[in-house]
Amino acid sequence: MDFTEDQLLRYSRHIILPEVGGKGQTKIANAKVVIVGAGGLGCPVGYYLTAAGVGTIALIDNDTVEMSNLQRQIAHSMNTIGMPKVESAQKTFNALNPDVNIVPLKIRISKDNIMELFKDYDIVVDGSDNFPTRYLVNDACVMLGKPLVSGAILRFEGQVTTIIPGTGPCYRCLFEEPPPPGLVPSCQEAGVLGVLPGVIGGLQATEVLKLILGKGEALSGELLIYNALKTTFRKVKVPKNPSCPVCGENPIITELIDYNEGYCTTQ
Amino acid sequence: MEEIIPDKSINIKGLVCPYTFVKAKLAVESMEVGQTLEILLDYEEASRSIPKSMEDHGQKVLKVEKINDTDWILQIKKEKD
Repeated sequence: MDFTEDQLLRYSRHIILPEVGGKGQTKIANAKVVIVGAGGLGCPVGYYLTAAGVGTIALIDNDTVEMSNLQRQIAHSMNTIGMPKVESAQKTFNALNPDVNIVPLKIRISKDNIMELFKDYDIVVDGSDNFPTRYLVNDACVMLGKPLVSGAILRFEGQVTTIIPGTGPCYRCLFEEPPPPGLVPSCQEAGVLGVLPGVIGGLQATEVLKLILGKGEALSGELLIYNALKTTFRKVKVPKNPSCPVCGENPIITELIDYNEGYCTTQ
Repeated sequence: MEEIIPDKSINIKGLVCPYTFVKAKLAVESMEVGQTLEILLDYEEASRSIPKSMEDHGQKVLKVEKINDTDWILQIKKEKD
């Protein structure tokens, strides 16, 4: 790729890294990433991937911006309250880097549309806030063979893992089924420290860039757990489960499932 | 001493760090292993930092020469893709 003078200036700190260079920056420019959720996690992930010059970033979210989002969802602002989150984030990201093609998808993801939504993208980022979506995204990525960078946050704790279907374990190898509705509180019920998604989203964006560049070691087969109160990072090994219901040797889940029953997934 | 005919030459006079190295690095990336790049520059710091960075990246520095009051010529042989 021939860089413009502006692009040489913008990406100079990338280009001088031996692991990136002009070739790596071209890979970043050609990458297509889809982010599920334009909230706490989706905002910093999208923000940094936009700054990095990822060619195409799709944002999927059906919600509109509310005042209560602004404590942590840094792509939105007072000026965009009431606006669809995907459009609010698009405005912010376009202002940061017009090279990047932001695709706003104001839609609720479901088993009927997820395959179509994901099929044109290289990497999926999960920044959703509920278990039905988390499991749906995992299953779709396993079935499509797409790498998934999954993040989750609650109160003062967050976790990240990278799922490489076929090679490493998937989310169901770790937790076969979603917890029963009501067992795990949502951020709405339990709260979340506003900066926490910045840490976890930053880690997710890093994983995405490593996958695009083909450098370093993906956070596959491990769950990284961050505790903000203790300032600790813990890595827990997650083995691939041969009898995993979706990615095991004899999968029993061969069709996508919407687990919406009983879950409160609207704000 | 034997003169080496460069395979590619770039003039980065007027540029300062880190763009001096960005331009030099992109030029090296576009070349084949074994080829030589010649760089003309007038930013003194880059006459030291480019050779050092090129060596860090696995390339070989063949020449660093001040050719007049303001300009330097560097020759870099690409040894690593």
